[in-house]
Amino acid sequence: MKGILKIAYKLLVNDRGKFAALLVGITFAVFLIVMMTSMFAGILYRSSSTVINIGAKIWVMDPAVNTVANSIPMPDYVLDAVRSINGVKYAVGLYSGGALAKLPNGVYQSVTVIGLDDASLYGRPSLIEGQIEDIFADNAFIVVKDSEFPKLGSPRLGSEFEINDHRCVIVGIAKVTTGGLFGVPTLYTTYNRAIQYIPSTRYTVSYITIEPKSSDAVPYIKQQVKALGYEALTKEEFIRKVSNFYKYQTGLGTNVLLMTVISFVVGLSISGQTFYTFILENLEKFGALKAIGAKGKELVSMILFQAAFTALTGYGLGVGLASLLIAVAKLRLPNYAAKITFENLAFAFVMVLVIAAISSYIGVRKVIKIEPFDIFRG
Amino acid sequence: MARLAVSAKELVKWFGEGEARTMAVRGVSFDAYFGEMLFIEGPSGSGKTTLLSMISGILRPNSGKVIVEDREIWELPGDQIADFRLNTVGFVFQDYHLFPKLTTVENVAIPLILKKLDWEESISVALRHLEIVGIRDRAYLAPVKLSGGEQQRVAIARALASSPDIMIFDEPTASLDGDTGRRIVDFVKTSVLNENRSIIIVTHDSRIFEYADRIMRMEDGKIIGVEKGGQNAQ
Repeated sequence: MKGILKIAYKLLVNDRGKFAALLVGITFAVFLIVMMTSMFAGILYRSSSTVINIGAKIWVMDPAVNTVANSIPMPDYVLDAVRSINGVKYAVGLYSGGALAKLPNGVYQSVTVIGLDDASLYGRPSLIEGQIEDIFADNAFIVVKDSEFPKLGSPRLGSEFEINDHRCVIVGIAKVTTGGLFGVPTLYTTYNRAIQYIPSTRYTVSYITIEPKSSDAVPYIKQQVKALGYEALTKEEFIRKVSNFYKYQTGLGTNVLLMTVISFVVGLSISGQTFYTFILENLEKFGALKAIGAKGKELVSMILFQAAFTALTGYGLGVGLASLLIAVAKLRLPNYAAKITFENLAFAFVMVLVIAAISSYIGVRKVIKIEPFDIFRG
Repeated sequence: MARLAVSAKELVKWFGEGEARTMAVRGVSFDAYFGEMLFIEGPSGSGKTTLLSMISGILRPNSGKVIVEDREIWELPGDQIADFRLNTVGFVFQDYHLFPKLTTVENVAIPLILKKLDWEESISVALRHLEIVGIRDRAYLAPVKLSGGEQQRVAIARALASSPDIMIFDEPTASLDGDTGRRIVDFVKTSVLNENRSIIIVTHDSRIFEYADRIMRMEDGKIIGVEKGGQNAQ
């Protein structure tokens, strides 16, 4: 470390009270920013759980669909028409709907039922117990072992329950990439059994999932689907569409944004004010340094170093604290929806840099203006 | 014949503009020599500190010249004037202006660090200077734990650290009792002053006039007289 920066470092950390106050301000701001954005990211991630778990490359739906759960059924001819589009390797229908399961103890439990194409079982989950071909047995269902699994009484292979007076038997226990957002267990069965067991509208295909022959075919497929009056979205586009709905049409995004802004303002207030006081208290000393022969750019580098060091330390502590809290929360609450993403970390990092820049700007202005003569004059 | 250390020519400095203008220094000229201890004495507001600031490269005069080692210092660009202060002038401020959050030795090392010496070497040289001023055993204490006289010695060690040709003391005895003040100035005279160094002290403490080689008296921004120092100086 350059000597002048070592002096800056010692001036900063040896003033323990102020350094602690600075760290608390920045750590608190980072903690709040990371927590808020992580919870938001977790909610958005889970809101697209079906899209992620099924894993299809292209999804066809009614253009009015905003979320996976609120599908608008399409007539069967759309599936035929999609299959005939050049560039489609194969296309299958998917059922997605909600139902009430009556458990052996008489309790009713909401469930999400995914109906997979009978022929291909495209989008099937990976099983941790049971055989996938057993899904073709009478009344067969596969249950997902996620945080909602205990709500069905933690069923085992052979466990039974009812949906609309139909007997259902668990033939497999599966794992998926991510659990759902709405706190209900997920069941997989065949498409035909799903539409047979669950009361449905005139049309029954919730989504058509497509495997294109190549990625070059995607624009043409989308264009042809649009000509049918429907919308074809890639997996990423569908996830983005669902995310945008929650961000911009539910108030969730606005609330998170507000909380993030408040966190930023709180962090900036505490850190900015403390750093300003720190600079004011050391102003005479900076003036003395100038009188001794320190150049303006050396004093500026000292302040920028102090601000950057505090910001990075606070950032590390804030991220660590948020990570710890999320990890502990997930241990205690399996369905806790929070996800730290690189984007969240980058966003918090930029916010911290802004806090450091504003705080140090005030200090730099003061130090640049101090005249060594003022030190003589007292 | 003594060598010229500082030559001030017709220095003028005022503060404020229009009706608020105050003349601080009115056309002052004087010379200071190597091997000499020059005292500038005068009442408050007489322009002593302003004059000191102009000759040490801290305060730009409105007119006049300051020549040090054949250079007109106020013709130097910004960074070079800072280098001039760092390499040629050693300051001992009235309130010392030591950094309370650094140790004594780190305070002394500051000019060396500004001269781009590495940290360990700066500390090593600073320790030698603390030895010279007699407080080597206080090196790793915070300045606030030192007495006033010891803090003054730290400030002297810091000023000495960059081996300056000219040392400037602003009211060095103002915060010290009479005995300590005399001991400090005696130390400066016997251990800091040499034939390659000029010492200029601003003071109005007549108890230390005996240590001056010359005493320059100021009043109302002008020099009103220069006299020899020594035992009989008042």
